[in-house]
Amino acid sequence: MNLLVTQALAKSFGDNRAVDRVDFSVRQGQVLALIGSNGAGKTTLVNLVSGLLPPDSGQIIFEDRDVTRQSSYERIRAGIARSFQIVNLFDHLSCADNVALAIFSRQGKTLKLTALASRDRAVWDEAHGVLHRFGLERAAAVLAGAISHGERKLLDVAVAYALKPKLLFLDEPTSGVSTREKAPIMDIVTAIVRAGGITVVIIEHDMDIVFRYSERIVVMHQGVILADGTPDQIRNNDAVTTTLIGTHPGGEPAVGSADNAGR
Amino acid sequence: MNTTESIAKARSRWRILAWIVPVAVLLLAAPFVIDPFQTLTLTYGLVAAIGALGFNLLLGYTGLLSFGHSAFFGTGAYTVAFLVKYLKIASMELFLAGSVLVSALISILFGFVCVRYTRIFFGILTLALSQVLWSLAFKFFWVTGGTDGLRVPTPTLLGAAPTDDKMEFLAHRYYYYVLAIFAICVALMWVIVHSPFGKALQAIRDNETRAEFIGIRIRRYRLIAFVISGIFTGVAGALWAPLNGLASPDILVWTFSGEIVFMTVLGGFRTFVGPIIGAIAFTYLKTYAVGFTVYWQLLLGTVLVVLVLALPTGIMGAVERVAAKLKKAR
Repeated sequence: MNLLVTQALAKSFGDNRAVDRVDFSVRQGQVLALIGSNGAGKTTLVNLVSGLLPPDSGQIIFEDRDVTRQSSYERIRAGIARSFQIVNLFDHLSCADNVALAIFSRQGKTLKLTALASRDRAVWDEAHGVLHRFGLERAAAVLAGAISHGERKLLDVAVAYALKPKLLFLDEPTSGVSTREKAPIMDIVTAIVRAGGITVVIIEHDMDIVFRYSERIVVMHQGVILADGTPDQIRNNDAVTTTLIGTHPGGEPAVGSADNAGR
Repeated sequence: MNTTESIAKARSRWRILAWIVPVAVLLLAAPFVIDPFQTLTLTYGLVAAIGALGFNLLLGYTGLLSFGHSAFFGTGAYTVAFLVKYLKIASMELFLAGSVLVSALISILFGFVCVRYTRIFFGILTLALSQVLWSLAFKFFWVTGGTDGLRVPTPTLLGAAPTDDKMEFLAHRYYYYVLAIFAICVALMWVIVHSPFGKALQAIRDNETRAEFIGIRIRRYRLIAFVISGIFTGVAGALWAPLNGLASPDILVWTFSGEIVFMTVLGGFRTFVGPIIGAIAFTYLKTYAVGFTVYWQLLLGTVLVVLVLALPTGIMGAVERVAAKLKKAR
């Protein structure tokens, strides 16, 4: 069953068609990787689905309901959560506060102003549980602005996870992290989301990570979907190898042929 | 929750008590120890502290710098003056109730316009709106008394008529009245900033986009913070009116908003008690500067520039730094 479907979804910035009538779908329970070179439209697609940007045209259907006109707030309530490419945290609050805020918000308690937040034991127990699962328990009382970059990337995911989403977008969960740290972060993240039955869309540049951790790969190029399939299918797809793998050191992207293949 | 954390929590609770008790004793004993003039200055300081506390809910906790808080202070003071002039009311409790109501209305109105914006745009809008209020008080002199302002006599406190000696009344009974309201306001604000709502405000301050993406409707929260802030500052204005004996347009002028900003920054807007300390320090500084020289503004300006350069995080920021150093040395 498809959890999310987009139909002819489009967004332009001036003359640049960032997302060009894209039909994209995510099946329930999948770990999907969205890949493509810089400017391919991956982040724009996520921004459209999560409600950060309004689309120019097209439809977004989540759990068989049209959410195209819904605010980001309503989409979060419906179960769409996301992390950010550039870490977005509450830097002057502790790590536990960061996670607890997502829980308070999920439970609709953030408008409570006559009770001390620290008294809500259930919320803090859950927050500590989440931190524990992400291996961040040690940092619970430390300000989010004071932990290492790798830990911040994990906390960013933990905050989104604490919203108990059905669909989670992770925008480059390992960007800016040393190669050595990437696999441990992905191990933790994928184990948690698989255990929670959460459907995940990961945007990632590191091909080793992509092929190792995802069940399905969607390749974007210049605003359109170039290929869609299992890791093996993608690995053997000529259009993909020339455009994407070809952009790696040693080769220029063969833009013309990729365009033809994509349309 | 693990044990080290509960121990840390219990310890911090004791530390807070270790501060509150001596400060409360000092404040309660003040009228018997210092002369009435000093007590009066302290009363002004406590009143300003309530206003600064309200102001800092926006600056320190929500990340919005208002340059228009004189509007709410003025609203509180003028509400009292109007209640006296037009309804012949003399009860301080009714003054407070009235000022809460009117400053809530004004801040809903102003907030509705202002919270759509942040940073400089927010600051300029609050400034502009407060100037509108000032010009109204200034121009509609048949209602507001114009530049002469409106007289505010000493009120009844909890139904008890004021004593004949005004100075004695203000420096004793009224001081305790203000102290009680101050204590209530501090406790209320403490709960608000430590509630889930207060945490949400800090989340908005730190990262608007992320706050939105954990499901916080930021405009609504900013508006609520704006209104609470306005009400606190309005209450300060209402308490100030009988103390000053006059509600005049100078408390609506933008320079007075600047004073509220200054008190808060002086005390340190990153801490809860910073604005309180700053307001009291500023009040003393100003009172002595005025008594010392006719060029008091020059003196005050110089002192403040030096203070900001030497203590960029305010008085409380400096205190915390010193405390941290001492702790390390031990």
